[in-house]
Amino acid sequence: MLAFIAQRLAKAVVVLLAIVVLNFFLIRMAPGDPAMVMAGEAGASDKIFVDQLREKFGLDQPLPVQLYRYVKGIVTLDLGFSFRQQMLVGKLIAERLPATLLLTGTAFVISLAFGVLFGTLAARFAGTWADTAITVLALIFYATPLFWVALMAILLFSVQMDWLPSFGYETVGANYTGFAHMLDVGAHLILPATTIGLFFMATYARMTRASMLEVQRHDFVKTARAKGLRNSVIQRRHVLRNALLPVVTLAGLQAGTLVGGAVLTETVFAWPGIGRLMYEALLQRDYNLLLGVFVVCSAMVLAFNLITDLIYRSVDPRIEFAA
Amino acid sequence: MLKRVLLGLVMAGAFSTAAFAQEPKSGGVVNAVIQPEPPSLMVGLVQNGPTQMVAGNIYEGLLRYSPKLEPLPGLAESWSVSEDGKTYTFKLRKGVTWHDNKPFTSADVAFSIEFLKQTHPRARGNLAMLDKVETPDDSTVVFTLKQPFGPFLGIFEVGSLPMIPKHIYEGTDFKTNPANNTPVGTGPFMFKEWQKGSFIRLVKNPNYYIKGLPHLDEIYWHVIPDAAARAVAFETGKVDVLPGGSVENFDVPRLSKLKNVCVTGAGWEFFSPHSWLWLNNRAGPTANKKFRQALMYAIDRNFAKDVIWNGLAKVATGPSASTIKYYTDKVTAYDYDPAKAKALLKEAGYNGEKLRMLPLPYGETWQRWAEAVKQNLQDVGVNVEMIATDVPGWNQKVADWDYDIAFTYLYQYGDPALGVGRNYISSQISKGSPFNNVEGYSNPEIDQLFADGATAYPDSKREEIYVKAQKILTDDVPVAWQLELQFPTITRCNVKNLITTAIGVNDGFRDAWLDK
Repeated sequence: MLAFIAQRLAKAVVVLLAIVVLNFFLIRMAPGDPAMVMAGEAGASDKIFVDQLREKFGLDQPLPVQLYRYVKGIVTLDLGFSFRQQMLVGKLIAERLPATLLLTGTAFVISLAFGVLFGTLAARFAGTWADTAITVLALIFYATPLFWVALMAILLFSVQMDWLPSFGYETVGANYTGFAHMLDVGAHLILPATTIGLFFMATYARMTRASMLEVQRHDFVKTARAKGLRNSVIQRRHVLRNALLPVVTLAGLQAGTLVGGAVLTETVFAWPGIGRLMYEALLQRDYNLLLGVFVVCSAMVLAFNLITDLIYRSVDPRIEFAA
Repeated sequence: MLKRVLLGLVMAGAFSTAAFAQEPKSGGVVNAVIQPEPPSLMVGLVQNGPTQMVAGNIYEGLLRYSPKLEPLPGLAESWSVSEDGKTYTFKLRKGVTWHDNKPFTSADVAFSIEFLKQTHPRARGNLAMLDKVETPDDSTVVFTLKQPFGPFLGIFEVGSLPMIPKHIYEGTDFKTNPANNTPVGTGPFMFKEWQKGSFIRLVKNPNYYIKGLPHLDEIYWHVIPDAAARAVAFETGKVDVLPGGSVENFDVPRLSKLKNVCVTGAGWEFFSPHSWLWLNNRAGPTANKKFRQALMYAIDRNFAKDVIWNGLAKVATGPSASTIKYYTDKVTAYDYDPAKAKALLKEAGYNGEKLRMLPLPYGETWQRWAEAVKQNLQDVGVNVEMIATDVPGWNQKVADWDYDIAFTYLYQYGDPALGVGRNYISSQISKGSPFNNVEGYSNPEIDQLFADGATAYPDSKREEIYVKAQKILTDDVPVAWQLELQFPTITRCNVKNLITTAIGVNDGFRDAWLDK
């Protein structure tokens, strides 16, 4: 198993570097550069101003030199300096990462737990009204755009009912500490986390239902029944466990997007996370920041792919590590 | 000999009397919105709108301006101009200290001028006529110009010429000075905290040199990236102030009908945002004057004003906004007249070539406006293709002259020499900036008029020159002027006295108070 992990890690480093190089050129293909954006924001510019900015950011150098400097930085874990935010990219990402992980982590747990639960229920009561209700709801949440769900949730729970805050991570200026602070952050977390969670919950529910119905037709389930096992035991130990493989695959994919996957939600809810940072960096052509977020996101995807493979093994012992 | 001495204090007194009709109350916290999040609050280094809006309450300039653009005392308490219009003497307020308690003196003023010449493109232009700065004593500054420069008294507001602390920046690399993250000014509010992505917190300066000011204890500037979410934050009472441009225009009527909500278009007189369509004068149908005039008749600007901007605008008559100096409406009028437009298109020999139009990617209002204009143009037979871009893409295309028609709006900075001439004179034709003479219009007579207008003295001479320039430009239609825009500031009505100057919220919290 260790050899398998080592080999996968080595491959991951190569893939990561390839991603960095590809993204480096991809971003520069978009029209406009950070100097022009900052000049634009200032509402006035002259050649001296734009040239000063380009020189400051190293954008006056040929592309290969810029790439060499960037990759050299990455190798020494230096993600560079954000032109627009006037801060080290590593520091910016580190500052925003906890908020994003809290949001997407919560959404991940909510969606996985409730998705599998509802999927199991739907499979258990297949063909009944409960199954139909779960399936229809799942379809609606799966098909509705996230930003629309977010705005409707804000209208309902913040504007109409005044139950939950509509923006931010905490109540600014309230200076809560300890448990009161946790409750405050929790209240701010509910709407955005549920918004992201609903989409994945729907996906998990549909996948779990389909997979369980599929597994129930297999011979080993009939054997278990013939052995006189109780239905709940059959469902839990034999059906659900075997039906989980595709769910694990999907969970691995979702986990990989934990860092960068909440762009819209973070923007609508003014959640101070990585997704928003990435969106703003893109609009401002903040090359270093955008590349930095891409590097972290890519690393997360690669890491979770590896973790997914390891979980496969524990869910289904028949799978072997092929080094 | 001094020709005149402006008794600034008297003017300020008269101005304040009206503003302070109700007895102000002390204390309280105001929550405002700032969008987008500023990159820095060091306004000497960064001049974007959000930086100026927050930092204008931390830093100060030598002068402030009334809504009629008359100079008011800022860090200078009085000023005088020499007979020949070349020497300006400023007397500074005494007893002013920086937020770190060091004294503010004339040496800071002289240093700020040198600092800004290096870092501030607009200040660099404004100071081009400056010959030298002298500081005969701690509270006197004498500016000597190479030749008279009409708008000189108009360049001292906090965003254009902020005062920078010499003791912090002298001998350092300005751009990497650690103090950039903890700005130190002389203003009524001091920087306290900035949680990136969430909020900026300013607190009252207890040692502010005007007794009793500021009234507020704290200001929180909230960073909320989505326009709809900003509207909701206001609606749910989480923020009290939405500065101009914070929400989409179509939300303004709805928000203004809420209880205890006040809306004002005031506070933008200095900037006077003026919108137009860049028309590429170099090639294609837009190079033809008759074609450009046809576009002016083809576009229903009243529709745009009433429907797209919900009445929060005024139809522009020419290159100058009606709020700035020397404006005249005695120019060729272009009323909505599709028949006339069609006739002019025929005269111009337009044969249906496709024109690329760049909407301004600043949100839904601008997108709708571009669609309305496209419809107007199609109605008279002009073939228009919309090109979608984001902001950097728009900047790049306009700066590279890669368009036929492009929406824009620019600030006028109170005087045609500061904010109007740059878009029409030949010396401003230069690739790489979206704010100069992007359309490529070149007319030696206009070049001469703007050159003369900047240096003519006294005011009556300047007026004559600029009126003439406006008439010529309005006939030539180098660009298609659209609307004088209003960016309404929306507040709870118990936030009093916020908008008192020509730059509104940008330096408004000094006098603001909460009626609890």
